[in-house]
Amino acid sequence: MLYIKCPYCGLRAQKEFSYGGDATVKRPNINEEVSSEDWDNFVYMRKSPRGKHIELWQHIAGCRQWIKVQRDTATHEIFQTAKVTEEIR
Amino acid sequence: MSQPFRLNKEGLINRNKKISFTFNGKKLFGYEGDTIASALIANGIHLVGRSFKYHRPRGFFGAGVEEPNAKLQVEFNGHSEPNVNATEMELVEGLSVTSQNCWPSVNFDVGAINNFLKMFFPAGFYYKTFMWPKSFWYKIYEPFIRKAAGLGVASIEKDKERYEHKFEYCDLLVTGSGPSGLASAYAAAKNGAKVILAEDKPRFGGTLLTDDVSIDNLSGKDWAEKIITELKSMPNVTVKNRSQVFGYYDHNMLVMFERVSDHLEKKSKFTPRQRLWYIRAKETILSTGSIERPIVFGNNDTPGIFLSAAAKEYMKVFGVLVGKKPLIFTNNDSAYETALEFKKNNVEPIILDTREEHSSELIDEAKSKGIDIRFSHGVIVANGYKKVKSAKIGKLNKDKNSFEKIETIECDCICVSGFWTPSVHLASQSGNKLKYEEKIDAFIPDKKKQHETSVGAANGSFTLEESLKNGFENGSNLSVKITETKTEITIPNVNEKKYGAHDKFWCMPLPKNENPKRFVDFQNDVSVSDIEIALREGYRSIEHVKRYTTLGMATDQGRTSNLNGLQLVSNIENKIVPEVGHTTFRPPFTPITIGTIVGREVGMEYMPTRKTPMHEWHEKNNAVFVDAGAWKRPRYYKQGNETLFEASKREAKNVRENVGICDVTTLGKIDIKGPDAAEFLNRVYTNAWMKLPVGKARYGLMLREDGIVMDDGTTTRISENHYHMTTTTAQAANVLSHLEYYLQIVWPELNVNVVSTTEQWAGAAIAGPKSRDMLSKLYTDLDVSNDALPFMGYKEAEFFGVPSRIFRISFSGELAYEINVKSDHGMFMWEKMMEVGKEFGNQPYGTEALSTLRIEMGHVAGPELDGRTIPSDVSLNGLVSKKKDFIGKNSLGREAFNVESRQKIVGLIPIDRKSSIPEGSHIVQDQNAKLPNPKLGHVSSSCWSVENNNPFSLAIMKDGKNMIGKKFFAVSPLKNKSIEVEVISSHYVDPEGKRVRS
Repeated sequence: MLYIKCPYCGLRAQKEFSYGGDATVKRPNINEEVSSEDWDNFVYMRKSPRGKHIELWQHIAGCRQWIKVQRDTATHEIFQTAKVTEEIR
Repeated sequence: MSQPFRLNKEGLINRNKKISFTFNGKKLFGYEGDTIASALIANGIHLVGRSFKYHRPRGFFGAGVEEPNAKLQVEFNGHSEPNVNATEMELVEGLSVTSQNCWPSVNFDVGAINNFLKMFFPAGFYYKTFMWPKSFWYKIYEPFIRKAAGLGVASIEKDKERYEHKFEYCDLLVTGSGPSGLASAYAAAKNGAKVILAEDKPRFGGTLLTDDVSIDNLSGKDWAEKIITELKSMPNVTVKNRSQVFGYYDHNMLVMFERVSDHLEKKSKFTPRQRLWYIRAKETILSTGSIERPIVFGNNDTPGIFLSAAAKEYMKVFGVLVGKKPLIFTNNDSAYETALEFKKNNVEPIILDTREEHSSELIDEAKSKGIDIRFSHGVIVANGYKKVKSAKIGKLNKDKNSFEKIETIECDCICVSGFWTPSVHLASQSGNKLKYEEKIDAFIPDKKKQHETSVGAANGSFTLEESLKNGFENGSNLSVKITETKTEITIPNVNEKKYGAHDKFWCMPLPKNENPKRFVDFQNDVSVSDIEIALREGYRSIEHVKRYTTLGMATDQGRTSNLNGLQLVSNIENKIVPEVGHTTFRPPFTPITIGTIVGREVGMEYMPTRKTPMHEWHEKNNAVFVDAGAWKRPRYYKQGNETLFEASKREAKNVRENVGICDVTTLGKIDIKGPDAAEFLNRVYTNAWMKLPVGKARYGLMLREDGIVMDDGTTTRISENHYHMTTTTAQAANVLSHLEYYLQIVWPELNVNVVSTTEQWAGAAIAGPKSRDMLSKLYTDLDVSNDALPFMGYKEAEFFGVPSRIFRISFSGELAYEINVKSDHGMFMWEKMMEVGKEFGNQPYGTEALSTLRIEMGHVAGPELDGRTIPSDVSLNGLVSKKKDFIGKNSLGREAFNVESRQKIVGLIPIDRKSSIPEGSHIVQDQNAKLPNPKLGHVSSSCWSVENNNPFSLAIMKDGKNMIGKKFFAVSPLKNKSIEVEVISSHYVDPEGKRVRS
């Protein structure tokens, strides 16, 4: 079971979180024209990297904040966690 | 009552307390502190079971977790448990122990015929034999294999015991209380670290209990006791015996299995039997020690053959002799300690040492005590079927592959030692790639992957001095990083015997023309010849050899067989062991009970139960409940001998004709506040929300970004910047997360807050033509006329003195209202409604009637919004705005969503107007067509229409709207039904929606 550091609550067990996918995907702006290709990329196309991956988790059984987690998909090592408003490099 | 193999004084057992038990029906006794194994051996019993494949007689081999053979069926506390390790389970009064895998008895076992047919049971036997003919599989092969497979018999009774889970956090977890574990725990505890020390056995100390050593002038055992006593007195230390750390998971999470009360004669009602600990440790010390390896020889599985350290443990811990004419067969010095222990107890051992004549501290001591030592000797084959009677021994030539001399000598036990294998299981589970250490012919941990440090024998250091130093240093260094406090500790003086080098010898050759079985894996009956066959047949990877032969795949995980198997493969393949590699170590290290894994989450505790504030009333009024997620909802209220069908028909009919009330508390409710709330809803829902006035509700449809309908419900504008959203019961949690996602990540600029209020409000729907009359009696001071409170209107008013919210919304398609009061007042509201509603013929209705009402109205719900439908599929495209953007809008333009023949919602009625159509039926053109019969759609919801008094169903059907008027078949192979149906509109009752507005 992973041990995830919520930027608001501190280290908590994975049980308290739910996974939310790739955090680097940006939704096209509302009320703006978007090409079919850009839209399809946003809705469907995801990389499935082996190694470092920045992803979203929600602390559903805690503060209910969505957070960013940089995790190694092969080893599960977590390098960094951040608020969604913060950047992970 | 005499115990022929019990010593007069040795051992740590309590001789003042006798414990009686039975073995295969025979009454025996042992002492407090015995294991089942030590008590049986004390009584001279060695034959306890039959082997898995060949049904060969088997006895004890080890004295702890390494035991491959002695798995017994044990009855205690009124339940029966299979595969109990006799060397681990402690003796308690009244145990009933029986042998497994034998019939009619362990002494005469019919299955032993397999042993004489063994030429027909080589490696891969099952793979090769049961492949053909195919038709034999179900009727002959599978039942046969099922009967032969497994060892004990699982109980079919409900497990009445209590099991618990516990979550714990610590600075340092120490796994094993041998010398290095004690030293680590002590050093860390002195530095102020929060320490958990776990010991698998009942007694702390590990090898200190059996080795002839002294520390600071105390015996090993006394030193261990002193340290444990001090650790127990420290508030920052938790010391646990009978606790096996069996799994090492991600982020330094370790799982421990504690045997809390199996050893107790009496326990309180609430004492759990076993407890599972989830331990998150900042650092972990793996002081798991090592396990002795056997040397492979002929018939090496005969009862009476032991690991030499186990023989010593039986003497020193239990005061039990494994035999009175022992043969010690070794390739190293450690077995000499066993020989000396025998000698001390006036038993004359003979030592067979595969090494050439040489000298070491231990050898010299054995010689000086007059022990018969034969160098360059080994056991070729053990004689005796149910117990060792003699052994054919041989003097090895210099090449160690042939014999100079062969003779037979009498013996009643053989104690074998092929050197030591570090227990690296936990290190390997943590992700540590192991490395092969030539010096000890075994794998030890390599570079750390997590916060784990292996010390002592688990790390390949086999001297006490090194283990202690290792332990103290690591315990101190790891804890000082956490506590930033350092207490100096003087490493104690150690007195131990120096061991000479071991012999890299692990398998005895066979003389020409002799071919006894030489077992590598006892538990799965894998012999040297099986591995040879696998290699001859082309298996090369050790993982494949393992699976083909089942080497190391039994419940003992090959603790005594893995390395010998590897040596064999590398010898035949002419490779060195590190090239062959090792197989993967997986948790659990030892078998644990299913009950422990499940813990308290059984029966009613399996998941939380959510009850509405009116639950008690429903119960008292014969409600039959249905699970809706974690909620309990009344399905129908049973009157007399009514069936579900009769009751739901009565309830639905009463709503259509009079008025009914329904508990709708379970609907998801989300409070939405903020100046940008309208804009937010406008983006979340497909329809327009900017112009909804205060005091009005609106039905809304929510999509996922891929255009699929996510949820529907009504949202009401309570005040300028305050909305009350409802969701379906099932989607409530998902919708809240969905809203939070957009507010926190996608549009953080919107000033809106959302919070779940599902449990804050109790809700009741009042539906039916007489609902307004009833409402006017509930709110005597309020104008509830159609003008004052029109369809989709909203009002706040006092309900008999209690604040309430009135929504004029309808799911049943009738004139209807929903009343919300604070949860605490739910029961009050419900009882008042029942009281006031009497004169209007009000009756409560459950979810079954609710479904009937919405289905015949053509209102969609979960079965239609099944994650595959877009708004136009379910006739909701009228709610999709063309003018504004919203979540999922861009996806609706996709080609596949807009083809003419796309699936659409329709209604179905049976041609005979009688046969109800099973939900899930497939719609086909021709019921007799050859398979695969093209599927045109499926039946999503079915009911008995109370309005028209015949069955009616909703279906999602290809090109649905153009099929109206045509006839098809609804086929359900599951229910073995095929019903001819006619396609009609999905709005079967009141298609214009007049009633809700009346």
